[in-house]
Amino acid sequence: MAKQTKTLNLNFGPQHPAAHGVLRLILELDGEVVEKADPHIGLLHRGTEKLIENKTYAQAVPYFDRLDYVAPMNQEHAFALAIEKILKIEVPIRAQFIRVMFCEIGRILSHILNITTQALDVGALTPSLWGFEERETLMTFYERVSGSRLHANYFRAGGVHQDMPRGLDADIFDFTKKFPKIIDDLESLLTENRIFKQRNVDIGVVSKQDALNYSFSGVMLRGSNVPWDLRKSQPYDCYDQMDFKIPVGKNGDCYDRYLCRVEEMRESVKIINQCLQKMPKGPIKSTDGKISPPAKKELKESMEALIHHFKLFTEGYRVEKDEIYTAVEAPKGEFGVYLISDGSSKPYKCKIRAPGFSHLQAMDYLIKGHMLADVPAVLGSLDIVFGEIDR
Amino acid sequence: MENLINLEKKINSELTTKINSSKIKHDQIYLLIDSDDIIDVILFLKTNTNTKFRQLIDITAVDFPEKEQRFKIVYLLLSHEFNTRVLIEFNISEGEKIPSLTKIFPSANWMEREVFDMYGIDFKDHPDMRRILTDYGFEGHPLRKDFPITGHNEVRYSEETKKVIYEPVKLEQNYRNFDYESPWEGTKYIKNQTKE
Repeated sequence: MAKQTKTLNLNFGPQHPAAHGVLRLILELDGEVVEKADPHIGLLHRGTEKLIENKTYAQAVPYFDRLDYVAPMNQEHAFALAIEKILKIEVPIRAQFIRVMFCEIGRILSHILNITTQALDVGALTPSLWGFEERETLMTFYERVSGSRLHANYFRAGGVHQDMPRGLDADIFDFTKKFPKIIDDLESLLTENRIFKQRNVDIGVVSKQDALNYSFSGVMLRGSNVPWDLRKSQPYDCYDQMDFKIPVGKNGDCYDRYLCRVEEMRESVKIINQCLQKMPKGPIKSTDGKISPPAKKELKESMEALIHHFKLFTEGYRVEKDEIYTAVEAPKGEFGVYLISDGSSKPYKCKIRAPGFSHLQAMDYLIKGHMLADVPAVLGSLDIVFGEIDR
Repeated sequence: MENLINLEKKINSELTTKINSSKIKHDQIYLLIDSDDIIDVILFLKTNTNTKFRQLIDITAVDFPEKEQRFKIVYLLLSHEFNTRVLIEFNISEGEKIPSLTKIFPSANWMEREVFDMYGIDFKDHPDMRRILTDYGFEGHPLRKDFPITGHNEVRYSEETKKVIYEPVKLEQNYRNFDYESPWEGTKYIKNQTKE
C-alpha cells in the first residue's frame, strides 16, 4: 500500500523578523521540504504612483526616498535623470560628482544592511552590530548634506538642492580611509565562517538563463556570472570618468551574491575617493531660473528672482509632452522610472520599476525543493525592501 | 546612434506587417503595434540573433479616459548584447483582453497581475490572475484616472466589535487640488463656478 502524504501549509509573516518587512509567504511543506511558495505582497502599498500623478515634479521627489528606504538618493537619481533628459538640462559637473558620490554612499548603506542582516538570518549577530555603526556614520553624511538621515529629498532635476557644508569632504575622505578595514573585519567573521558557508553555499542557485528570464538585475544577475552593470554599460552622470570594476559571481548561489556585495562595497569606496579628488568647484544646480529656484539672498533684491521663486513653488516647472524610460543601477538592481509628461507641471504617469519586485517573484522558483530553514537565507540574499516592492 | 538606426531598420524589415510605426528617441526604440501581434513581436525580438532582447524589464499601462481606445499598454525590453532598450506599445479599449507573456517570460506573471490590479485589464491564458498590491477584497482599480485619490474605504480597529472594520472614507477636510496653471485667466474651479 502506498504511503499517503499530506502537505502542510505554513504562513510565514507578515510579522516575522526574517521576512525583512511585511511579507506574507504561504509555504506548502512536505515534511521540512518546501514544495511551493506563494508570496503575498502589497501590505505596504501606499499608492506612490497615484500620488505622484497629483503632485508637481519637485513635490514628487520625496516619494522616491520612501521606496527603497535604505538607499534613498539612488532612487531620486533615476527620477531626476528622467526629467533632465526630457528637458535637456545640462547638469553642472560638480553636481554630477556630488550625486555619484552620494549614490555610492547609498550603495554602501544598502549593502551593509543586506550583508549583516543576511548573516543575522543565518545566526550571526555580531556583523550587524559592527555594520550598523558604519551605517550611522554614513547617515550623518546624508544628514549634513540634506538635513535628514533617511528621507533626504536632496537631488533635483538639474543638480542637487544645496552645496556640501564645509568640512564634509574631509570627513568623507576620512571614512574612505577607515572603511576598508571594517569590510576586512566583517569578512573575517563571515567569508570563511563554516556555519555561514554551510547555510549559503549552493543555496538558491540561479542559472544564467533563468536570471535573464526572471528579469533579474543588479547583484542577482552578476552573482550568476552575467557581467552587466548600468554604471558601465549605460553610464549616467560622471560614471564614465570613474575607474572601477564589476565583480561577478560564478555559481549564482547565496554565497556568491554575498561575495559580490562585499566586493562592490570596496569598489564604491574607490569611486567615492575618485569623486572627492576630481570634484571641481562651481555651481551645484542648473543656472536656468525656470527650473532651479533662486538663492535666498536674491529674493530681497531681484524682482525676477522673486517671480521665479513664486512660480516654482506654486505651479512648479512645466515639462513638455514626452515619454521616457530611464534606469539607474541602484544597490538592489535596475531601478527605473517610466515617465509620461503632458506639458503640465505634474507627471501624467510615473511607473516605478523596482528591482526587488522581479526578485521576489522568483521566490517560488528559488526555494522549491529547499528546506524550510533555507527560506530566510534565500530571502536575505534577494535583498528585498518592501518600500520599493509594494510602492 | 548608428547601431540603433540599423537595428530599427532590421526590425522594421523583418516585421513589416506587424509594426505600425517606429521611432528613435532618447536612445531607445519605440514600436507601435497591434494588440494581436504582441506574442509574435516579443518572440521575434527575444529569439532573433540580431536583436536578442532577452530581458523583460517591465509591463505597464497608461489610462487616457477621453480616448476611445482608453488604455495604452507598454512593454519594456532590454538587450544586453546590443545594449539597447525597446518600448513596445499598443492601444486597447476597455474590456478587451490581451495575450499573456508568461510562457515567454516567467517574470511577466506579476507584472501582468499588477496591470490587472491597477487598471482592470485582463490577460488571456494567465496562470494565476489575482490582485497583487491592493488589499484582499479591494474594489476598483486605483491607477485609473477616474479613481479618486482619497479612495473609497478606510480601515480602523473598532473597540466595540474587537476587530478591524472597513468604513467609507471620512475626511476632516476634503482633498484640495490647487490649480496654479493659469493664474491670469483664473483657475479652473473658479471658472466653473462663474459659469453656473
